[in-house]
Amino acid sequence: MKIVVFVNHVPDTETKVKIGADGVSIEPTGVNYMLSPYDEFAVEEALKTKQKFGGEVAAVSLGGDANKETLRKALAMGCDKAVLLKDASVRDSFGVAKGLADFAKEYGADIIFAGKQSIDYDSAQVGGLVGELLGIPSVSVVVKLDIADGVATAEREIEGGHVIVHVKLPAVIIAQKGLNEPRYPSLKGIMDAKRKPIEEKIPAPVEPRVITTAMYLPPAKSAGKIVGTDAAAAVELVRLLHEEAKVI
Amino acid sequence: MKILAFAEQRSSQFKKTAFEVVKAAKTIGDQLNAEVIALVVGDKVQSIAPQLGGYGAAKVITVENEKLEKYSTTAYSKVIAETAKKEGAEILLLPASAMGKDAAPRVAIKLEAGLVSDCTALTVENGTIKAARPVFAGKGFAELIVATKIKMFTLRPNVFSAGKSDGSSAPVESFSVDISDVDMGSYVKDVKHTGGRKDVAEADIIVAGGRGLKSAENFAMIEELADLLDGAIGASRAVVDAGWRSIDEQVGQTGKTVAPSLYIAVGISGAVQHLAGMSSSKYIVAINKDKEAPIFSVADYGIVGDAFEVVPALTAEIKKLMGK
Ligand SMILES: Cc1cc2nc3c(=O)[nH]c(=O)nc-3n(C[C@H](O)[C@H](O)[C@H](O)COP(=O)(O)OP(=O)(O)OC[C@H]3O[C@@H](n4cnc5c(N)ncnc54)[C@H](O)[C@@H]3O)c2cc1C
Ligand SMILES: Nc1ncnc2c1ncn2[C@@H]1O[C@H](COP(=O)(O)O)[C@@H](O)[C@H]1O
Repeated sequence: MKIVVFVNHVPDTETKVKIGADGVSIEPTGVNYMLSPYDEFAVEEALKTKQKFGGEVAAVSLGGDANKETLRKALAMGCDKAVLLKDASVRDSFGVAKGLADFAKEYGADIIFAGKQSIDYDSAQVGGLVGELLGIPSVSVVVKLDIADGVATAEREIEGGHVIVHVKLPAVIIAQKGLNEPRYPSLKGIMDAKRKPIEEKIPAPVEPRVITTAMYLPPAKSAGKIVGTDAAAAVELVRLLHEEAKVI
Repeated sequence: MKILAFAEQRSSQFKKTAFEVVKAAKTIGDQLNAEVIALVVGDKVQSIAPQLGGYGAAKVITVENEKLEKYSTTAYSKVIAETAKKEGAEILLLPASAMGKDAAPRVAIKLEAGLVSDCTALTVENGTIKAARPVFAGKGFAELIVATKIKMFTLRPNVFSAGKSDGSSAPVESFSVDISDVDMGSYVKDVKHTGGRKDVAEADIIVAGGRGLKSAENFAMIEELADLLDGAIGASRAVVDAGWRSIDEQVGQTGKTVAPSLYIAVGISGAVQHLAGMSSSKYIVAINKDKEAPIFSVADYGIVGDAFEVVPALTAEIKKLMGK
């Protein structure tokens, strides 16, 4: 089975956001980057799928040279192959999806794994965009997956419950937390990853469909009111919620 | 110009987001001189359709088919795209719900439209729609414009106010879309939650608990308070990882994004990843014994105290207010 997993390289969640000089991105100095957390679930599921059916797992990332660090992590976890679609410019979701879809098509993917969202821009678009670009099904927010006889049975989260969807492969499976417990790279995996090559390709250029015109910090919230320091404060709190906030 | 507003329904009942999306379409439509057309997709939705007029729809299009009773990615995205084409809609608004987030990217490709997801504000400046949305887990905001002819936006639930219906009803037109060529995916079952409590992503009031509650059993007082307020239960990742609460209740970056009118955080420290999921709540109450806990920096009202004393007192006081 030819398995593809999309991995994105994003600022870690503890990053203190500072707006960059261009006013439309964040200041990258001092920021630590990592494999986007949802993509860890995607990588784990890709590896489990290979364990079951055999084949090859190719991790692919679109971005600048820095993304190689995340590709190495994917290799260290056990992916067989790493591909950098090299473009240092900031692409919108469509531009990223187009590059990734072109790769998956050329590679002949039997199944594609992506994360629910990149934790930088939180767009949650790429998996669905790729599915439609390739004309294959996509299933989002998947928390459980079973594959048999070329059909994936996926459980996805919706408000108030889960639904179970059957799709024929090839398909894009979009991972949500809960799908699995991502493995830690073994020491051997880390050592091997250092030696494995990272293939580079130049994705075709694409016109952006969405343009970021500004980035700014959230308006500072004035510190709230400390109503009290013991249970007696409950009386005043209820009054405020009822009369001032009018929410109860 | 026409704006197509996707009004989500399940079991022939509108989701609250349906009214929010139609009303938001009306608000920008008035500034762009555009007409709002609402779209309702499902089985037997004719009777609920006219009420969308009360929120600003000039017309409602229904696409009915028993195969559309349950959401299917391929079928719904085809229906939405075909309706937009038929109407010549240049702006499409959908909710950033599980359904909207799933369908929107696929519709965007079909319409060659730029898509901005999870918007928290839409404004019109010199005829251009500017969308604002949180990025980096709410630590920043981005302002975006769409460069394509057709423009799509999904709207974060509970953020855009639907207001009250003005009581008018809209004319309804039915439209049929051939979905025989579409792979429906088959839905084996709906796994519903027991107890009938609201889902955290949809509730108007959320009572959330964290590690400060010390054990799974101690969530009984959180459940009591949530039920009293007809709200949902939220959980921090720490308590989900500990197995005290189900992952469906997790709020935050790796959980759900919520924006209720009232969010009561009990024994939750307020880590950035938790704040990412709830900081757009209208009112935030924090109950924590550590006055330095970061949750207080986003709270409108705080009580620095022991949850085991404060929560029962709060529950008792609310019962009194409700005359229970
Ligand atoms: C990639 C990543 C993603 C993450 N995603 C999420 C996410 O989606 N959601 C999420 O919640 N977290 C997430 N986290 C985890 C997050 O960083 C925190 O670890 C977590 O939110 C802490 O949960 P907590 O507030 O319940 O526990 P703690 O941080 O341990 O806080 C417990 C609080 O309870 C208070 N307390 C103790 N006893 C009492 C008492 N008797 N009465 C009142 N207060 C008391 C303490 O003062 C403390 O503030 C993520 C982390 C990472 C790295
Ligand atoms: N630049 C990228 N390179 C590789 N995969 C990506 C990239 N951007 C997004 N993805 C994948 O698409 C998923 C959804 O991302 P997004 O739509 O950006 O929130 C991510 O979890 C990744 O699996």
